Amino acid sequence: MDYEANGTTEDGSPAGVAMSEPDRMIAARTWLVIPLFNEGTVVGDVIRHARETFPNVVCVDDGSTDDSAEAARRAGAHVVHHPINLGQGASLQTGLRYALTDPGAEYFVTFDSDGQHRVEDALDMVRRLAAEPLDIVVGSRFLDDRTKPGAIKRLVLKAAVVFQNVTSGVRLTDAHNGLRALSRHAASSIRVTQNRMAHASEIVNEIGRLKLRYAEQPVHIIYTDYSRSKGQSVWNSVNIISDLIFK
Amino acid sequence: MDANQILIKTVLITVFAVLGLVILLPRRGARGMAIRRLTLVLVMVSAVIAVIFPNLTNSVAAVLGVGRGTDLLLYGLIVVFLGFAVTSSAHNRRLDRQITDLARQIALTEATTAHDGRTPTEDGSPA
Repeated sequence: MDYEANGTTEDGSPAGVAMSEPDRMIAARTWLVIPLFNEGTVVGDVIRHARETFPNVVCVDDGSTDDSAEAARRAGAHVVHHPINLGQGASLQTGLRYALTDPGAEYFVTFDSDGQHRVEDALDMVRRLAAEPLDIVVGSRFLDDRTKPGAIKRLVLKAAVVFQNVTSGVRLTDAHNGLRALSRHAASSIRVTQNRMAHASEIVNEIGRLKLRYAEQPVHIIYTDYSRSKGQSVWNSVNIISDLIFK
Repeated sequence: MDANQILIKTVLITVFAVLGLVILLPRRGARGMAIRRLTLVLVMVSAVIAVIFPNLTNSVAAVLGVGRGTDLLLYGLIVVFLGFAVTSSAHNRRLDRQITDLARQIALTEATTAHDGRTPTEDGSPA
């Protein structure tokens, strides 16, 4: 649809075009894990676009009530159905478990279904996993100033980062970025038990607990009107903190 | 009056602090269950005693520095209710986790049978 038109970036080059041979090799051993909940209007395009670069995509349909799952399947993704709605964190864990059953899979990317992540960023992150001794590469919106969230959102995200760094001992500039690339070791050892939004913090805590080798990669989040209307409200930060404390 | 109320305040604050600890450090297994059951028995026994000797609540209230026995009962009710809320929310969390594991297992089983026994590998990625 028009999420791409809205979300064109400064450099704007489309992904999936003119991939080098090493990139193709890396992409073939990569699985994109996409949690999916009622995104029928955009998910087909998101997956088609992503599959130009990454052929392996697993969508975890978290009990959608629209045609999301069918759209994802038509776009060529593997679809795993949660029989009931469990939340995004649970979907990620299910998707990772599914992708891990492919013995050839070496890299795992957590990706959003509403078109706010760029495939180019994902490819950059997997490249780093392949080239550097890292277990996980986490996207950050704040390493450069391409991404422009609103003022309140920016403040809340910054506060979350401070809280996160203090509690996990992991130094990151962006606590709640959904774009991550994981090695097989990281994907199989990280346990996501937070079903709802606190899973992002939980993954950072797991990085600290498991002493994974991590790095950050500047990414551009595409805040379209669509993703903004679906996105997390700042109220959710209260829920996240309470989920983390009262686990 | 104020000096007397220090007693009931200490009692209530201690109880709430303990409840707070129960939230933060949920105890699993035999010990947790035993503590819950003992508390329940204790509450039942004190209820029966309070029914048989209604004046007793008044004297206990006087000792603790609370005005009347009914006030003491109200405090007791609040404490028991909060305790119930805390333990049942911990219980719900545990149930949530189990349901998640169960649903995930169903989802993964269905996904593999839906692909007719194919593993994800056979969909284009190299061996």
